[in-house]
Amino acid sequence: MAHFKDFTVRYGMVIDLDKCTGCGACMMSCQAENNVAPQEDASNKLRALNWLKVYRLSNGKEYPEHETVFLPRPCMQCGNPSCVTVCPVVATDKNEEGGIVSQVTPRCIGCRYCMASCPYHARYFNWFDPYWPGDLKEALSPDVSTRPRGVVEKCSFCHHRFMKAKDKAIANGEDPLMLPEEAYQTACTEACPNGAIVFGDLNNPEHRVYELKQSPYAFRLLERLGTDPQVYYLSKREWVRRLGDNYLEQEETGKPLQTLLNNSH
Amino acid sequence: MDYSKPIDNALFPKGCERCSFTKFSLFMLIPAALLLWGVISAFVVLANGLGTTGLDDKFGFGLWITVDLAVIALGAGAFFTGLLRYILNIDELKNIVSFTAVVGFLCYTGAMFILVLDIGQPLRSWFGYWYPNVHSMLTEVIFCITCYCIVLIIEYIPLILEQRKFESNKFIQHLAHNFHVYMPLFAGIGAFLSTFHQGSLGGMYGVLFGRPYIFRDGFFIWPWTFFLYLLSAVSAGPMFSVLMVTLMEKITGKTLVSWKVKQLMGKIGGTMLIVYTIGKFLDSYAWVNSVLPRSGLTFDQMFTGFVYSSFWFYAEHIALVIGIACMALPALRKIPAFFYIGALVTCFSIVLNRFVMTVQALGIPVMPFENWQWYWANWAEWGAFALILGYSIVTLAVTYRYCPLFPQEAELNKK
Ligand code: SF4
Ligand code: SF4
Repeated sequence: MAHFKDFTVRYGMVIDLDKCTGCGACMMSCQAENNVAPQEDASNKLRALNWLKVYRLSNGKEYPEHETVFLPRPCMQCGNPSCVTVCPVVATDKNEEGGIVSQVTPRCIGCRYCMASCPYHARYFNWFDPYWPGDLKEALSPDVSTRPRGVVEKCSFCHHRFMKAKDKAIANGEDPLMLPEEAYQTACTEACPNGAIVFGDLNNPEHRVYELKQSPYAFRLLERLGTDPQVYYLSKREWVRRLGDNYLEQEETGKPLQTLLNNSH
Repeated sequence: MDYSKPIDNALFPKGCERCSFTKFSLFMLIPAALLLWGVISAFVVLANGLGTTGLDDKFGFGLWITVDLAVIALGAGAFFTGLLRYILNIDELKNIVSFTAVVGFLCYTGAMFILVLDIGQPLRSWFGYWYPNVHSMLTEVIFCITCYCIVLIIEYIPLILEQRKFESNKFIQHLAHNFHVYMPLFAGIGAFLSTFHQGSLGGMYGVLFGRPYIFRDGFFIWPWTFFLYLLSAVSAGPMFSVLMVTLMEKITGKTLVSWKVKQLMGKIGGTMLIVYTIGKFLDSYAWVNSVLPRSGLTFDQMFTGFVYSSFWFYAEHIALVIGIACMALPALRKIPAFFYIGALVTCFSIVLNRFVMTVQALGIPVMPFENWQWYWANWAEWGAFALILGYSIVTLAVTYRYCPLFPQEAELNKK
């Protein structure tokens, strides 16, 4: 596996699934913020563009024990992104302080190898030309370039906001790599009415995510594959945490490798 | 002028007979129909985008990538036969080496064409050469396949130069001679390039650590997967060439290559198949007992329904054993029925492998709360396949009619 550099600043999220109601405000704000084109016919969800997608998880039990949880899934900005090494033209990379996995759409040739490699389905392909019904074109954000047909796009943690925050810090004579938490926030974080999404520098003890990610209820999706995601989830419910990864029957939630080792001794 | 002979008789290879031009033209209607279908689909895809195909965000790879991988494996008869003929000097193979080169040429150019359709931004194809990511297996594949395509064109040219029309042209005669003199060099380059890209095609999948169905690590990615793909190609490649010759024999009603040469090809493919099969069984064992449990998954979770059932997993492996029995055991190989069954099941196993590695790998839910997804190629995707099929039939038919493709043909069909 390729080794990516250790970043001083590593932006990430901690999403509290026990707070998320599945309202979809994060999805909507993301679409608007990042000029994500709506679909003429979005009935085929495997063709719709959603940088952030809210999944519905169920504990699989019958009423009255049935429980549902909603899981917002942005790009995990993996510490070891399987998508980056495979791209034949370096259209996606992870080499900037902040640890955000870039997507350079003018460079992308649309081979979709990165999509095949991402286990989170965080990458979306522009199957058709972007379509802006009515006056929607007038509402496009000038901060994010629109994408043509035939390229892959994905969540960038609202990278343009990061750049603006850094510019501002530099203009004020501050260190752009020591931004206060509120200086740079993603659109979805701001939009969530329940405060389920907390965003910040995972390496900075002054940011809330630093503490939150160490919670005993924190977990990451498919951690055992080795992608090292920068998005954490919180849930007090064991079944939710268990659905965050694949476990063999005898394995304990959150300790897959340990259990395997114990079994082999 | 001899009116009893076809009108284009003067262009036929020496001592070879061909059907009438009318019959030939009527036969050409079949590939023409395929080409028409293909051109329409290619136009629709290029004009309106990949939304016109059956692909989606879950199945970014589908029929086209499966076909690409399959034909590149089946076309491996070209480099392998070239290597054996020109570098290892197995003289007998001179009777089939040109044909394998043409089959390889068609497989590779067809794959290249499909790749151009398959990428979302065909006008940016050159980015792959200009801004290469040296860590990507796909980069290696792009470079090696392009270079090898050039080698295959070079291997094809002498066939055209040996056309009867050019018999009296001294310059062309010399040129053709020189091509033959330098052919071992090109065969060597071809073998070198093919070794790399065949291996890298396996590596392309093996490195995807987010896909436990295809992921291999440690020893089982390098050198194992690399050589497995290479071995699968050199097993199926020679057998596919033999099957194609036999199909042409059925269509033309002539013997084009002697049984002895076919047997030799079968023996070579069969020997490679033994090594491949051992490797494949060990690979599957390591996958089931190491990659899957480490990913928290079980063998049963990898399969569902009919299209994604474990039946295909077993079929792929059993076909290899049948292939070995038919091709590597001289007693069975000598019986035509077993010989052809052996060749067919080997090719089937390799194509099936490319299918499951491409489509099934993407259909499997990796996040535990996802569902299985299904993919069906639509008319436009099949159309592109029809296009390369039509193009291959036309090229093969024209080459066969006018060029000395099979050195043994005249002798084998003497009346
Ligand atoms: S979630 Fe997927 S797209 Fe995002 S960095 Fe990880 S592998 Fe790449
Ligand atoms: S689709 Fe674009 S970003 Fe993805 S691997 Fe291909 S060129 Fe790179």
